[in-house]
Amino acid sequence: MPDHIRAARPPAAPLPEQPVTPPAFSREEDMAAYRDMLLIRRFEEKAGQLYGMGFIGGFCHLYIGQEAVVTGLTMAALPGDQVIATYRDHGQMLASGMDAGRVMAELMGRRSGYSKGKGGSMHMFSKEAGFFGGHGIVGASVPLGAGLAFANSYRGNGAVTWCYFGDGAANQGQVYEAFNMAELWRLPVVFVIENNRYAMGTAIERSSATTNLSQRGQSFAIPGWQVDGMDVRAVREAGRLASAWTRAGNGPFILEMMTYRYRGHSMSDPAKYRTKEEVAEMREHHDAITQVRVRLVEAGVGEDELKAVDKEVRAIVNAAAAFAQDDPEPDPGELTTDVLA
Amino acid sequence: MTSTEILMPALSPTMDEGTLARWLVAEGASVKAGDVIAEIETDKATMEIEAAEEGTLARILVAAGTPGVKVNTPIATIDVADGIAPTSPTVVPAPSPVPAILPSAPLEQVPEVKSAHETAVAGTSTAAISKAAAPSAPTASVTQTIREALRDAMAEEMRRDPDVLLIGEEVAQYHGAYKVSQGLLEEFGPRRVIDTPITEQGFAGIGIGAALAGLKPVVEFMTWNFAMQAIDQIVNSAAKTRYMSGGQIDVPIVFRGANGAAARVAAQHSQCYSAWYAHVPGLKVVAPSTPADAKGLLKAAIRDRNPVLMLENEMMYSASGPVPVGDDILVPIGKARIARPGSDVTIVSFLRGMTYALKAADILAADGIEAEVIDLRSLRPIDMDTILASVARTNRLVTVEEAWPVCSIGSEICARVAIDAFDDLDAPPAKVTGADVPMPYAANLEKLALPSVEDVVKAVRKVCYA
Repeated sequence: MPDHIRAARPPAAPLPEQPVTPPAFSREEDMAAYRDMLLIRRFEEKAGQLYGMGFIGGFCHLYIGQEAVVTGLTMAALPGDQVIATYRDHGQMLASGMDAGRVMAELMGRRSGYSKGKGGSMHMFSKEAGFFGGHGIVGASVPLGAGLAFANSYRGNGAVTWCYFGDGAANQGQVYEAFNMAELWRLPVVFVIENNRYAMGTAIERSSATTNLSQRGQSFAIPGWQVDGMDVRAVREAGRLASAWTRAGNGPFILEMMTYRYRGHSMSDPAKYRTKEEVAEMREHHDAITQVRVRLVEAGVGEDELKAVDKEVRAIVNAAAAFAQDDPEPDPGELTTDVLA
Repeated sequence: MTSTEILMPALSPTMDEGTLARWLVAEGASVKAGDVIAEIETDKATMEIEAAEEGTLARILVAAGTPGVKVNTPIATIDVADGIAPTSPTVVPAPSPVPAILPSAPLEQVPEVKSAHETAVAGTSTAAISKAAAPSAPTASVTQTIREALRDAMAEEMRRDPDVLLIGEEVAQYHGAYKVSQGLLEEFGPRRVIDTPITEQGFAGIGIGAALAGLKPVVEFMTWNFAMQAIDQIVNSAAKTRYMSGGQIDVPIVFRGANGAAARVAAQHSQCYSAWYAHVPGLKVVAPSTPADAKGLLKAAIRDRNPVLMLENEMMYSASGPVPVGDDILVPIGKARIARPGSDVTIVSFLRGMTYALKAADILAADGIEAEVIDLRSLRPIDMDTILASVARTNRLVTVEEAWPVCSIGSEICARVAIDAFDDLDAPPAKVTGADVPMPYAANLEKLALPSVEDVVKAVRKVCYA
């Protein structure tokens, strides 16, 4: 860590060690993680299906494959923490406790959607759930996330901001402006870089001069770890340690989540830039949900119990889709409301 | 031995006079190059003058304490030995090494409280109190510069609401690049008056993020030219979030700073952004031309739940005028002000355009043409009601602004009047604007690139067929 940067300010507390093997989950924790990840996957599969049927328009960026990241970090978060994300945000919304039906209604541009149908897939918010969007401009949500953390620091409320962005956004200039000020002012923020290896269709090796994104805060003295983003236990543990460190006033922390998206960048992406074998390798050997399922079976959880979870999740997703499909479009009068207070 | 004059220096691009605060060297004393010989107070700061040559301070031409000393006035003479170094120079002990120009302690300016009557007498045409804002009962007012009015607006709102804070480049220790935030760090401390690195996009975004969480930041851009680095955050994050969230999320933030041409700072420091931001739904845009409006609009902006942009002008920071005293005197956003009533032609302007418009109106009045001058004050929303009502009386319209002509505020007003009040017009409207070129540096070209009083007079005569 560059001492000349730290020199002007009180030193941060010693960094915690990154665990080589994360602590095991209890059976209850595994069941909870399994259910939450499965909800995101089934929701996203349904969204993909509804997109194909023309119910969802525009851009729709699915989270399938990355479920362990938001699920593990949500297990590490405390009540009162905030979340801000990019346009690949459905997982963050469901994990924040937002209602699946109202999220789906927003995806379809219906009046009961979280943004009354005006925001769509990429621009959705729930102040109540502490979810601050849903931002369509790559990189822009990073200073915004630092700003949420600034407010927490200003108020001394002990809350942490979980600021998610991708490997593509990690090359944006304003990300580094935000890193600098976040560390300068020791803001309580965890920068979560979801490295799914492709910035739209450009592989990380083709876009990034250095590919270890966890070290992108080094010149600002921001610590960072690479984390197995397919293992929800590793994610939760890293999230716990990083958030405790930043919550204690030591400044931001970067967690680079090594993950993978199974689908294209958006629904309109045929994903010709990678091989079928590469995708199959991740799905078959590293899938986050399968890992938990295998552990649960090994721990003696019966098929019936797992099937009950599957059934509950499918029921939620089907009800969400039915709710959204029945929900009317916004009243035409809504065109000109909500521009100004 | 030759005698050299020391001239009153210009210490900033916009300084044209200052106060000779004190002499640090007496007549007859020897000085070396680099010795601080005097202190000058500008409206921004106190600066030190150094001797440029070695010699003897022969005569002091301007006494200590003299105000309003014009730039380039001889203030002293130094006798310099021709090519011969003095054998035993008497060296005045120099203070610790300082750069040639160094701001020292800020000016303490305590505004003098005047009665309403005195205010009316003191009020100049550029500083007339808004009718809309003028309270019905006589109210005490003070004479202040726009710079002081902006500072007081922020200070009062910061005292009133602990969620209000100021963030930007040089706003704290330096007191603002144009000294608008004098004394705020001292009163409110570094938690609420925050210097940033030179990263406009980043700190604009951080300000907006803080506003999403309910704080009320005032973000100062040193000038709006630099805010182009941050325009994505202003438009995509600040302006659109209420709509994109279905009305859930307030973005109570103020962006303010110097806009448009200053003096001789050329193309990248002289742009007017009025039309750029007035274009954007979800923003409010204000541009005051008087101290009273500057204070009242900034206070209204800080209390507003929407993102409000305030365009200021560096050349006008020192303009003074009466400002009503009172913590709750606001100027409503979206209301224009009739700065001068008249019956023959309507001149619509804002910000520095108002100085040309009002001077032109004086000249035209001498010729029997009574111009009604409307100060827009708000550029989004534009108070079309006031404009249309005026045009209905005068039947003639001239718009005046420093911005580029294409798709300008004047373009919008001319279009709206043509669309909504075509039958009221007795002549095609006229636009007075800056030239359609990047701002040149050369003094003569810069003058040609900006509108002038004469341009306004000419345009009015044209629409009046006079």
